[in-house]
Amino acid sequence: MNAGLAPGSAMAAATPLAKGDVLLSVENISLRFGGVKAITDVTFDIRKGEVRAIIGPNGAGKTSMLNCINGFYHPQEGRITYKGVKREKMRPHQAAATGIARTFQNVALFKGMSTLDNIMTGRTLKMHRGFFWQVLRHGPAMDEEIKHRRTVEDIIDFLQIQHIRKIPVGKLSYGLQKRVELARALAMEPELLLLDEPMAGMNLEEKEDMCRFILDVNNEFGTTIALIEHDMGVVMDLSDRVVVLEYGRKIADGTPDEVKRDQTVIDAYLGVAH
Amino acid sequence: MAGQATEKEDTFPRLLARNARVHGTRIAFRHKDLGIWQSWTWGQVFGQVRAYAAGLQALGLKHGDKLAIVGNNRPRLYWSILAAQSLGAIPVPVYADAVADEMAYVLDHAEATIAAVQNQEQVDKLLSIADKLPRLKHILYDEPRGLRDYDHSTLHPISDIIADGGKRLADPAVAKDIDGMIANGSGDDVSIFLYTSGTTGRSKGVMLSGARSIAAARDTVAFDHLTADEELLAYLPLAWVGDHYLNFAQGMVAGFCTACPESPDTVEADLKEIGPTFYFAPPRVFENLLTRVMIRMEDAGALKRRMFHHYIGVARKWGEKILNGESVPLSARLSYAIGNLLVYAPLKNALGFAKIRTAYTAGEAIGPELFSFYRSLGMNLKQLYGQTEAFLYVTAQPDGQIRADTVGPASPHVEIRIDPDTREVLYKSPGQFIGYYKDPEKTAETMTADGFVKTGDAGFFETGSGHLKIIDRAKDVAKLNSGDLFAPKYIENRLKFYPNIKEVVAFGQGLDYVTVFINIDLVAVGNWAERNNIVYGSYQELANHTQVYEMIRKHVEEVNASLATEPAMAAAQVRRFLILHKELDADDGELTRTQKVRRGFISERYQPLVDALYNGATEASISTEVTFEDGRKGIISGTVKVQDASVYPPGHAEKAA
Repeated sequence: MNAGLAPGSAMAAATPLAKGDVLLSVENISLRFGGVKAITDVTFDIRKGEVRAIIGPNGAGKTSMLNCINGFYHPQEGRITYKGVKREKMRPHQAAATGIARTFQNVALFKGMSTLDNIMTGRTLKMHRGFFWQVLRHGPAMDEEIKHRRTVEDIIDFLQIQHIRKIPVGKLSYGLQKRVELARALAMEPELLLLDEPMAGMNLEEKEDMCRFILDVNNEFGTTIALIEHDMGVVMDLSDRVVVLEYGRKIADGTPDEVKRDQTVIDAYLGVAH
Repeated sequence: MAGQATEKEDTFPRLLARNARVHGTRIAFRHKDLGIWQSWTWGQVFGQVRAYAAGLQALGLKHGDKLAIVGNNRPRLYWSILAAQSLGAIPVPVYADAVADEMAYVLDHAEATIAAVQNQEQVDKLLSIADKLPRLKHILYDEPRGLRDYDHSTLHPISDIIADGGKRLADPAVAKDIDGMIANGSGDDVSIFLYTSGTTGRSKGVMLSGARSIAAARDTVAFDHLTADEELLAYLPLAWVGDHYLNFAQGMVAGFCTACPESPDTVEADLKEIGPTFYFAPPRVFENLLTRVMIRMEDAGALKRRMFHHYIGVARKWGEKILNGESVPLSARLSYAIGNLLVYAPLKNALGFAKIRTAYTAGEAIGPELFSFYRSLGMNLKQLYGQTEAFLYVTAQPDGQIRADTVGPASPHVEIRIDPDTREVLYKSPGQFIGYYKDPEKTAETMTADGFVKTGDAGFFETGSGHLKIIDRAKDVAKLNSGDLFAPKYIENRLKFYPNIKEVVAFGQGLDYVTVFINIDLVAVGNWAERNNIVYGSYQELANHTQVYEMIRKHVEEVNASLATEPAMAAAQVRRFLILHKELDADDGELTRTQKVRRGFISERYQPLVDALYNGATEASISTEVTFEDGRKGIISGTVKVQDASVYPPGHAEKAA
């Protein structure tokens, strides 16, 4: 089942990177909305195959950072290099085509559609047959649909959501919706997966499940993962390296242990005694 | 009939060979995988099992060895049973949800040398206890997910074993050897160990033989007229006698198709897709389904809701009579037929019950209301009574003799006797076990001198119908001072069938008469209070309300009236009762974790209340320590009313509700 899900199998354009090579680097990024500085001069990188956490207090610029990476925002200064190529201004769907998938802080699914259909939308970029063939529901478009359905069923099996396959997403619990969103992101067979607070609002059991799935995705498919998360326990367990933002600036970067011992991080999170 | 097994087919592998011959192209197993129902014919299954057996032989499995099987219902795990039996080895299914320690005990006790398991979860569990299981040489798995990077020196995918076996079979000598073992296996050998669930102490390995198992299954297949056309959904635990009997043994004998659900969570949807013709579920499942249907109907539009309630009313009045073939006026038949078109058939279809010809329930007492609801829809729901040691059936209700309060007459070829002193039910059955594995003492304890098996349950035969009624565990059945029989659970269950009553504790052992503590059901009674404008602030306040007492007293008296009609039980009518000021809770040690009342503990804890029940007081004060969910402790105190309930003379004719 893994063959169909191998990361980036459909996009061998760039030179293949080995595990540990820099997949994406962010250099001196600044992002302003009018006079408000969301991100100021932030530099870090994401290496292939790692789980990279971005943490920080509310309003630190974490989600803005993800939005820059997937082309939703365009930073005024600095540059983003992806697979060794400097990225020009890019729309989100172009970022998606290069193998970047994401989930959202507030679930962004099609509530009236079934789990299956929602995940199938993750395959849209990989469908090639035009409107005409699709209307016909026979021949090449059908073959293509069957092929994609097979991949989607592998993902459904992987995330253990068979029981909600046909259920409209709007009827599902929040924890399950998050899982469906992850499934849809995986359906793109991404090379880089951006997860925006994948565990927010979940109970302990759902969190544990989600942690296991994130680790499984990382291990089984070698997908590189960048995640924003508030639950420090989760971050420390999951991630290989952590970057800490505060008020749009980077205040620390390193392994979970290093970051945990860093005085500025402790101050930012726990407050400073005056 | 071509499908009927002959006497020579007294082992499961030989039955499989027969099925491959007679039903070769019929579907034997289905399994939903990646959203699609995969199927295998009897011919294919025989081929797979033969190859699997050859593969297991190459791993060193031989006659008398044990193969443990752990996982949910999966075709390859059922084939593991057959492949082991083909070699004369003994399959030992183990509950998939057993914790590592329990599993270690069973595997060690059974001396398993190879384990066939479902997935990574089970592999991990076995690897974690590997040091306690020196005999275990190989682990085989069905689903490869997550196992790619494991050390594969003693770990193999089942598919590889089958493929290897298939290659070995190309050698005529190997093929001859395997086929010879299938042809010459003895029906009297132990064919499987089924471990008891171990609710009372360590689980025991029940040894069953092929010949006896098949004889029993043949009887019930004939009893329920099962044919090769049946479809079943195997969703009950693989290691449980119910699944092994109803799905596996009966399927092998009748040659019908067993479908395996995609995952335990999808059973409901899979049930709808498969539309089984034979179905088993414990009462709890039927109860949950009914509750869900009722809740969903409350959300439906006004027209649908009215239609539903109207035709359910029609069904309650006439449905059971029509199903039982009694004479019913034509207008009622017509009205029922319309109801069937508009309500019953769509409802059954939505539940996946559309094609059911025979359904059974067992395991605990089922409420008469609940039971007749399903029957009134035209579903042939029946009750059986059985246990692992009998290879399931001891009694079962034949079509046309269905009752909520009995478990039916003895099954074909089963002999039942009631011990005159203890009232314990004793039986001799065709499927009866050979003994407990490595436990001759326990085996001897369970058998009488003349070869009957003790069930541990007390019961009696109803005069007239010859139906067996189970009243309680034999050790819990006691006597009143008058010497009359007192079966606490029997009385408690009767009262608990009322939706307003959640929990009941009956007293009477060594006392003059029977009394009960009652816990009202806060949801049901709260709902009733809301509709009747009764204001209450807490459970305690509601429980002490005069009108609530009035309502509960009516329930108690109805039960008394029905007890009065049963000669054995008439003396055990409830004279006095009270409604407890707090809900019984497992956190306070009043219930077990499986929600059974701990009668002894409760009577000590509420001693002043028990005294009040017997000294004629109309009120009693009590204060009890309670443990809150966060572990803090507090005191609840209050005054509880004690009321009398009317009793009826024995043989009292009033029809109980």
